[in-house]
Amino acid sequence: MPRPAHPDNRAALPFILPFAAVYGLFFAWPTLQMLWMSFTNSQLIVPGRFVGLDNYLYLLRDWRFARAVGNTVYFVAMTAIPSTALGLLLALIVNRLRGRLQAVALALFFLPYVLPVSTVTTIWGWMLGYPNGPLQPLIALVVGHPVRVFRTVSWILPAVAVITLWWTSGFNVLLFLAGLRSIPPELYEAARIDGAGRVRQFVSVTWPLIWPVTALVLTIQLILQIKLFDQLYMFVGGGQVDATLVLVQYIYSLGFQRDNGGYAATVAVALFVLVVALSVLQFTALRARGRK
Amino acid sequence: MSGEAIAAAPAEQRLRLVRRLDSAGLALSLLGLVVALAWAFPLYWSLLATFAPSGHSAGSLPADIAGALALYGRVLFTTEIGLWYVNSIVTSAGVTAGVLLISATCGYAISQLDFAGRRLLWGAILASFMIPVQALIINHFFLVNALHLINTWLGVILPQLIAPVAVIVYKQFFDSVPKELREAAELDGAGHWTLLCRVFLPVNWGITAALAIIVFIGAWNAFLWPFLAVTEEPRMNITVGISQARDIWGVGELAGAILAGLPVAVVYLLFQRKVTEAIVVSAGIKG
Repeated sequence: MPRPAHPDNRAALPFILPFAAVYGLFFAWPTLQMLWMSFTNSQLIVPGRFVGLDNYLYLLRDWRFARAVGNTVYFVAMTAIPSTALGLLLALIVNRLRGRLQAVALALFFLPYVLPVSTVTTIWGWMLGYPNGPLQPLIALVVGHPVRVFRTVSWILPAVAVITLWWTSGFNVLLFLAGLRSIPPELYEAARIDGAGRVRQFVSVTWPLIWPVTALVLTIQLILQIKLFDQLYMFVGGGQVDATLVLVQYIYSLGFQRDNGGYAATVAVALFVLVVALSVLQFTALRARGRK
Repeated sequence: MSGEAIAAAPAEQRLRLVRRLDSAGLALSLLGLVVALAWAFPLYWSLLATFAPSGHSAGSLPADIAGALALYGRVLFTTEIGLWYVNSIVTSAGVTAGVLLISATCGYAISQLDFAGRRLLWGAILASFMIPVQALIINHFFLVNALHLINTWLGVILPQLIAPVAVIVYKQFFDSVPKELREAAELDGAGHWTLLCRVFLPVNWGITAALAIIVFIGAWNAFLWPFLAVTEEPRMNITVGISQARDIWGVGELAGAILAGLPVAVVYLLFQRKVTEAIVVSAGIKG
């Protein structure tokens, strides 16, 4: 008896239908609509008419877009590589500890990561409060006087970057720790017999074996940090938005404050392309790891 | 320090070597603990600040327990924080249940069934892994508004059901269920729903629990979409609510932030292993 090409077609339908419906409606459709909208002059909730490449041509000479890209790149530079390095460093520290102590140390590093953004920003807003926040004496020690951190343009993005490092590095610690644990102890044993010290062991054993995890963490961080919005919005809100404008905030502001849905979609497409490009990079890094 | 290296050195030198290594190791471990404590110190510090007698700095003794209770009581009962808690619990539980349900069924189909378009669907799921939902906010708002779901629980939940990683994890775990289990159940006349509910899910309760915990934490902490989808204060999630209303609370601000973070902090501390497992698995290190 001939077997049908796909014997489970009918059985599979109810299993994939809920997922397919949600994805079609809330993922595929909005993505296509975003592309279409970027060629129109739509408002946020009122469809507009086709305007060809106008939005894209405007994008190229829009100083706000240029600034949003610049600020986003600045923020990513301050967070992606530092948080990866910090994650590895802290994981090496945690990895030295044994048993319960290790669990406690990991929990202490990871706890900030599970907190909601508003809890994190409220705590830091209080610590950096002007003029009596408990961290202001430290700032005064370094620059000579207390600083209105979130009212001083040059301080805002670096401060948000430091807070983001504190908030999200625990995630990297976790991934690096898993990577470190999978390095066979015999390799260190062998290195020691050959007379390798701590530094030498790190250079010839740990680093080459942890490199794939490093590549993974770094690309995850790049993709995560490029989407900065929540923390920055909490501190800046409706304040000096232009000076510290970043990409997601520009999309939000165009769509929800200026009611310019068509152009907001255009900026969203730009973000989209950027993140997809970085994801391809991540995929390549993962593949490289799989091949090893 | 390996046994051979120690044995090779003369006794006195050996003792000195071991002692030096131990003290260096101990110092590093101590440093690690100190750094870990310092890392979490802002959390302890802000908690302490809510227990400080009014007009004193954080950590002033004796802690003003009665004052702190009054502060937390005031925040809990004179603001809308109770409502926000309910909204957060309902929407986070809704997102968790929804994501697990659609992901487990879809993961089962891709793993165990032979249907037309299976490879296409799998490819689409892998590809959607890389799409930034932040880029879709304009169109999510457009859509949810058209469905008249702005300011509703469902409107907050639906766009958050996009979690391709859950399908990927389920597919991988279902792939590794031994074929014999399925064949034995099929001999007993089990259909696909029975197979999923009686065999594939029970064998993988661990990963379901782990996924449930991180999806719940993620939904509780979600900010951008719940912030856009809700404009009326009584309908807000707690993370959005405290950010909108904190100007009017004064000293209660920290207490509100602590109350907003408390549930996820407790969930994490109770289920540390599960959280760790879920994050490592979904980041693609294992599995």
